[in-house]
Amino acid sequence: MKHVKKECVAMLLAGGQGSRLYALTKDMAKPAVPFGGKYRIIDFPLSNCVNSGIDTVGVLTQYQPLVLNEYIGNGHPWGLDRVHGGVHVLPPYESSSGKSWYEGTANAIYQNISFIDRYNPEYVAVLSGDHIYKMNYAKMLDFHKSHGADATIAVLEVPWEEASRFGIMSADENDVIYEFAEKPAEPKSNLASMGVYIFSWPNLKKHLIANENDTGASKDFGKNIIPAMLAEGNKLVAYHFDGYWKDVGTIDSLWEANMDLLNPNIPLDLHDPYWRIFSRNPVMPPHYASANSKIQNSMVSEGCNIEGLIDFSVLFAGVIIEDGAIVRDSIIMPNTVIKKGAVVEYAIVGEDCVIGENAHIGERPEAIEDKDTWGVAVIGHGVTVSDNAVIKPKAMISENV
Amino acid sequence: MANMANVLGLIFANMHETTVTDLTKVRALASVPFGARYRMVDFPLSNMVNSDIDNVGIITKDNYLSLLDHVGSGDEWDLSRKTGGLHLLPPYGNSHGIYRGRLEAMMQVKPFIKSINADYILLSDADVIANIDYRPVIDFHEKNNADITVVYARGTYTTEQSRTKTILAVNENNEIYDVLVRPEISGEHNVSLNMFVVGKEFLMDLIRDAESRNLYSFEVDVLQHKLHEMKVYGYKFDKPFFQIDSIDTYFKSNMALVDKSLRDTIFNSDAPIYTKVRDDAPAKYGIDSEVSNSLIADGCIIEGTVENCVLFRGVKIGKGAKVKNSILMQDTVVGAKAEMNYVITDKNVIISDYRSLSGTETYPVFVNKDATV
Repeated sequence: MKHVKKECVAMLLAGGQGSRLYALTKDMAKPAVPFGGKYRIIDFPLSNCVNSGIDTVGVLTQYQPLVLNEYIGNGHPWGLDRVHGGVHVLPPYESSSGKSWYEGTANAIYQNISFIDRYNPEYVAVLSGDHIYKMNYAKMLDFHKSHGADATIAVLEVPWEEASRFGIMSADENDVIYEFAEKPAEPKSNLASMGVYIFSWPNLKKHLIANENDTGASKDFGKNIIPAMLAEGNKLVAYHFDGYWKDVGTIDSLWEANMDLLNPNIPLDLHDPYWRIFSRNPVMPPHYASANSKIQNSMVSEGCNIEGLIDFSVLFAGVIIEDGAIVRDSIIMPNTVIKKGAVVEYAIVGEDCVIGENAHIGERPEAIEDKDTWGVAVIGHGVTVSDNAVIKPKAMISENV
Repeated sequence: MANMANVLGLIFANMHETTVTDLTKVRALASVPFGARYRMVDFPLSNMVNSDIDNVGIITKDNYLSLLDHVGSGDEWDLSRKTGGLHLLPPYGNSHGIYRGRLEAMMQVKPFIKSINADYILLSDADVIANIDYRPVIDFHEKNNADITVVYARGTYTTEQSRTKTILAVNENNEIYDVLVRPEISGEHNVSLNMFVVGKEFLMDLIRDAESRNLYSFEVDVLQHKLHEMKVYGYKFDKPFFQIDSIDTYFKSNMALVDKSLRDTIFNSDAPIYTKVRDDAPAKYGIDSEVSNSLIADGCIIEGTVENCVLFRGVKIGKGAKVKNSILMQDTVVGAKAEMNYVITDKNVIISDYRSLSGTETYPVFVNKDATV
């Protein structure tokens, strides 16, 4: 088959286990975790690609790919069911050389060199599948071209005290990067990598092959490819981004990022008709708020039926809140039922759960004396919590209780 | 079991549109918004798809733009198919899309009907909201070896209400022995749901015959006048439904959906009603929002009070606004401290701050598309 040439192909790294999300990623990869009432995390980078005019996307999967594969399907919800290009799920495979699992981010791209080469692109965007942000990659590509760069890395200014959690760039006044340090103990800059890269493809390909042949390498972009490019004197530039960006790799950050959507001062507008975040639609009727319901400061999706009290919470499609139930400062994922009289506070409740009558999940921080024992309570997907059960703050429940 | 691959669905997008002229000024009846996120055509279309019908044609008149925009290639209903799928049939040739009845409409699309490999044609208007499985209807038609099967339901109607309906007399063998078109009678009757099953060849003969005699009405010229030359059966549908044939029924049917068991029946999750997806964010409730007994679609932003309402996608309710007993279509914006009671707004209406607008249960105020009040 003749493949039509594409200027830029995006490769989305979606194989991560997301082990710090515990019960929520037991049966699904992190990019498939529900977010923001009707999305899954991967909707953000996928929609960014489409809205930026990138119509050829490879999604690299490895850990628990079932939910993600089914979700992406033929790519239709994102307009990525294309005759030429479109979205392709790329799991690791066995070849004559015996290779199988992706051993690192660079190795994952290396194993798919032939996929990229089919489109003969000038540029390849390498994106993380687990961040929440809206970004126009086309502008970044223009920046990459106008600077004649070999690689462009999107960066965000982070508070100095947090800098040691990120890949940190040091760049001169022309945005040319002269030093890169992965999670440095003593950061020399506060420009953090957002996990969004644009590479000129022939040069990246050369480095991927060299890295693969280096038996000592850990086959990772941050640890190997970027330092090797710097060492070789390639031109690496920093592209400054000042919008909303959040890594949702931990329970606390996932909870916070959802709550950010309820904060009018947070610049992540999901209602922008010119930059929609696309998602697979659940095909449900509108949501219903009963005469007894009280809903404030919250997001509620289609298919919900609400007869209780909801405050500062995010409710996904098909959630049922029975009479007298109270949900505060919580995230309730699709098709979960909160029975009569149950109270859910500072919690993340997974998909398809049942919270029994008068059960009590989580607690407000004000109600706890020893703050170290307080944290967001998490109920994994498909868990049934029996009537009158009490689940303590910070608990992580993945089996029926 | 009937082989549903042999059934062609034909939807008449424009029938009955003179009964709700406010709503059909800018669109076909089939694309009238309904139930906070749907259009009327979603119901017959989804029912056909859920009954395994792979071939569907929608016959339109000259006002088909919004319908075309809504159904697109049919992919939201899974009707974008390699073989078969959705065919929108706009007016063509010298017909100018003006037809007086279903027979005349079908004359204009005869080549399309002929080209589809089907044994049966399921004709349906777009005026009925229901979740109906057509498979037992086709079985029923085959078993009775019928020429025409009419789907009907039983209900109690006033003279006023029956004036827009077709009433059927059905005997204990399910045979129809009398047809009354728009009669002035009251009481409990069998009312046609404007869904018919006809054999393809039989239908082609009816169309050719009508063409040569300058006849146009399926109900009058075929069902009534030829009733005793044919085997016409009635299939009784006994689940909840709404027939939209006045602003009053439109208003009440929308409002009735607040009942959960009714919603669970009509939007049966095993036979879902599909619609065009707009990719709106979930509805957002603000700090002083008070919402009760209402249906809310995605994309709404609510900062005021909403009571007994149906809010379509992207509706915004300003701070301190009070909206009661109203239907607000897509992207209606209600300003701060505005008050509304018994109002229907069409799409993209703006109600300015501090405005007050009030109708009554029997005569809700209607605000035209794109108007600013």
